[in-house]
Amino acid sequence: MDRPAASVKPLAWAGQVLLYGVFALVIGVFSRWPQYRHLAPDQALVKLSFTHAGKRVAECRQLTADELAKLPPNMRTPMKCERERAPVRVEVDIDGAPVFRHVAAPSGLSKDGASAVYQRLSVSAGTHHIAVRLKDSAGASGFDYQREQTLTLAPAQILVIDFDAEKDGITLQ
Amino acid sequence: MTHVITVSSTTFLREAGLAVWQRAERGLDAITGGVLNPLRHLGSLGFLCFWLLAASGIVLYIVLDTSAASAYSSIAALARQPWYLGGWLRSLHRYAADAFVVFMLAHLAREWLFGRYRGFRAFSWLTGVPLLLFAFICAIGGFWLNWDRLGQFSAVASAEWLDALPVFASPLARNFLSVASVSDRLFSLFVFIHVGVPLLLVFGLWFHIQRISRAAVFPPPALAAGTAATLLALAQALPVASQGAADLASAPTTLAIDWWLLFVHPLMYATSAAAVWLLLVAALLLLFALPWLPQPAAPAVAKVDPANCNGCRRCFDDCPYAAITMVPHPNARVGRQLAQVNSDLCASCGICVGSCPLAAPSRGVAELATGIDMPQMPLNVLRQKMERQLAALRGEGRIVVFGCGRGARVSTLESADVTSLSLICTGMLPPSFIEYALRCGAAGLLVTGCREGGCEFRLGPQWTQQRLKGERQPQLRASVPQERVAVVWADAGDEPALVEALNALRRRVAPALQPAVAGLLHG
Repeated sequence: MDRPAASVKPLAWAGQVLLYGVFALVIGVFSRWPQYRHLAPDQALVKLSFTHAGKRVAECRQLTADELAKLPPNMRTPMKCERERAPVRVEVDIDGAPVFRHVAAPSGLSKDGASAVYQRLSVSAGTHHIAVRLKDSAGASGFDYQREQTLTLAPAQILVIDFDAEKDGITLQ
Repeated sequence: MTHVITVSSTTFLREAGLAVWQRAERGLDAITGGVLNPLRHLGSLGFLCFWLLAASGIVLYIVLDTSAASAYSSIAALARQPWYLGGWLRSLHRYAADAFVVFMLAHLAREWLFGRYRGFRAFSWLTGVPLLLFAFICAIGGFWLNWDRLGQFSAVASAEWLDALPVFASPLARNFLSVASVSDRLFSLFVFIHVGVPLLLVFGLWFHIQRISRAAVFPPPALAAGTAATLLALAQALPVASQGAADLASAPTTLAIDWWLLFVHPLMYATSAAAVWLLLVAALLLLFALPWLPQPAAPAVAKVDPANCNGCRRCFDDCPYAAITMVPHPNARVGRQLAQVNSDLCASCGICVGSCPLAAPSRGVAELATGIDMPQMPLNVLRQKMERQLAALRGEGRIVVFGCGRGARVSTLESADVTSLSLICTGMLPPSFIEYALRCGAAGLLVTGCREGGCEFRLGPQWTQQRLKGERQPQLRASVPQERVAVVWADAGDEPALVEALNALRRRVAPALQPAVAGLLHG
């Protein structure tokens, strides 16, 4: 009965060495090359991000005595507050030019959660005048919070624009 | 009409790709042989990389400081260990992950090209698709643990990608706005992803190979040694280095990115998070839908004849897909068993027929009835066909060629003194057929099947070879003259190799030896 040749020819040995070499080369090269340029060397990054619950759409009101009487005894809280929150509107201008306009809807099925924003903005490194405006209330009046600042951004620097109504309002850091 | 055109285009694409792939496999066969051809062992090579990852990962986990402040320095300290052992191990871990992904994707492509995603293989296909996700989640999570610039980039990019889904009340990317926001708790999550997901992967792999008996979870030793040595040498020659400690106050600009594992991040920044999600979902849906696309009708499955099944368990042992179970025989004495075929698992390969001890054509029965048979190619019909064809041959050096319907086309060898029988798989051939053919006047027999490692039904050539060598039941009787039987493993397209083997056999079976052969067989 025929049997396959057990010995491996020298040429086959060389072929196998070449095969493993090519395998190593392909794995090794593409594990580091080509380099990926995530951000140009003369660019900086502005990250606008916050989570903030807008004000309630409707003002809380005092229930009347009749209304309270209709409620079960254990639910007779004198103040009635609607759950829905106003969407949060935010605008960012850099050097006078509008770069971001967004209205963040409140989260949750009842629209009673916080509005969240996360936005990356690439800008050239250098000095910039940044203006941020934020409105978290219902109604047609202007913005509830504003901040303007001139600052110098180094190449690759990340400037974070955050918002915390309880602390410093709009912050640039 | 559009649907038909789409299916036809896909089939054309697959067949064209298959032709290219098979050329590559044959090319590599020339230097490695079928047994050590990596293209024929992609799944088991993936397993090998997984074992390397697990072994190196356990050591790395022991030395890793899983805190936000010290993770980077603990990894950096590896490079300062004597003889660079730590750095070597870390590099091996990375390259094994790269190789794992390469083998996994190549395995997926090969199975698709060969059409191995439908019918009885659908289970393995469907359980394999989620493993792609697990592998990438685990791999990407590993970069975060080494909290360098690349880890920072990957963590932020992953968070920004996930934030495109409308499921998080607060953006995940807010976790990386400042140094203060990266806590040890967050690192615990990283560890959970990088250690927990591989456990899911192991579980998924277990499912993936559930319906395959004798699954190859380790490649042939020489191939395993060659692959592991290559990865070790690569780790020594091109050590993996950190790219500076993470600094959330500045963005990484230029990175030496691992494209095998992290390509998704540049893809997202080049397109959009939504586009990458769309691409991922579309790819997954397509992969999941493939088994349900229009396909050829499934062939008939093996059929057990309770009257003839003696419960010997050979078909149970030899079935490559664990489609046969042994159950108590309903009509025989207590303790006797009966083979039972699970039609959902049966590949219709006929390997079980080749293992049946009752499949001996020399039995003095008018109609050859076996314990298990293939309805589309009953062994009795095969015997009659062989007798008829053999009788029609002229000359004294008559040769019968047994081949495989998936391998080299044996009909191309037919001539005045050569006849051929193409089986579903060579593993379907009971060795007693060889003996019977010689008794019926054949001067020689050529047995052929797919190249080693290339069997459509995994174990056909292996079992055939073992049966012919007398290492597996049912075996070829020792009285059969070895020089009268030639075995050659040849894929479709390898017909010249068949011709060569046939000519060699012809030279051996000189008519002058016939009386001696007859004496041996009947003596």
